[in-house]
Amino acid sequence: MSSFTDYILPFLVTVIVVFGALKGINVFDVFLDGAKNGFKTVLGITPALIALIVAVNMLKNSGGLEVITNIFAPICNVLKIPEEITPLAILSPISGSGAISMFETILKEHGTDSFIGRCASIMMGSTETTFYAITLYYGSCNIKNTRHTLPSAICADLTSFIFSVFAVKLFIH
Amino acid sequence: MNYVWVIIIIFSFFCAIATNNMSSLSSAVISGGTEAITLVLKLTGIICFWNGLMAIAEKSGLTRIISNLLKPVLKLLFPKLKDEKAKNAISMNLTANLLGLGNAATPLGLEAMKRLQENSLKKDTATDEMVRFVVLNSAALHLVPTTVALLRHEFGSQNPMEILLPSIVTSFLSVTVGVLMTFILRKAFKI
Repeated sequence: MSSFTDYILPFLVTVIVVFGALKGINVFDVFLDGAKNGFKTVLGITPALIALIVAVNMLKNSGGLEVITNIFAPICNVLKIPEEITPLAILSPISGSGAISMFETILKEHGTDSFIGRCASIMMGSTETTFYAITLYYGSCNIKNTRHTLPSAICADLTSFIFSVFAVKLFIH
Repeated sequence: MNYVWVIIIIFSFFCAIATNNMSSLSSAVISGGTEAITLVLKLTGIICFWNGLMAIAEKSGLTRIISNLLKPVLKLLFPKLKDEKAKNAISMNLTANLLGLGNAATPLGLEAMKRLQENSLKKDTATDEMVRFVVLNSAALHLVPTTVALLRHEFGSQNPMEILLPSIVTSFLSVTVGVLMTFILRKAFKI
């Protein structure tokens, strides 16, 4: 059986097309014109994505992640964040696919319904890949000076890391 | 981002020396480019598709209807934004995010960035609105964390959805902090 969330996307596509057709628009022609512009956007983001993904891959393969985890371990201890989820907290803002595979490892090792499994789940559910979003959005329109984007976004990420541990204690345990 | 990039690369290089991981670092450089192009190819279809649908939604007036529904939220988040087209694009992006349609949210968001840039005076510098918009998109805005719930189910959780409420509360707090920071730091980082 399909779940409710499976309905969202097809429903939205249908509504947009039907609504357009009812308003007497040549939906197919308008679609083609719009879709053509997509290529320009793609060309715009490609260099930035190459730069980011190469750097993230370098960080993952160099053993740098473990080094950062060790550096942050004392701070995490103070904040009462279990050290098992610190690597996830560091990886999730920079690599979406990396975070998912690390999340799977945590679920496998500690179990989904353990304290650590729950913390990791909430952390994953309440963050996005910050660096990816910043690179993509600014790369697409060639903006070089991003001003206070990174500090603000990192504050948001930190909030979700710290509070996800707190939320497990508050809501589940 | 300039500094971040340089730091990551230098840091990786020295870590690889320290941990004797140079061969895997070398392969990371090579595979990184390929991986990026694979991702771009995947994105191309989605971006073109949503740009097409967005053109229909705009011409039919659907975006204006959604934008009107989100008016109070937009006024709160972007008090100085006047441009209707930018507002429409932002509304579509936020809607897609809330519904958990990350794939659709990205192309709609890039469209919104283009509109925001049209209003800016210095083309290579982010405006207050752009910063706030990117911070919103770098935080999790979805109402239901579908991927996480699905993975929890796969790994045998008794109750995959028990994380729903705590996740929503945590996301909401994190987004609020991010947005507040964009208002606070606005003056410290002059255009």
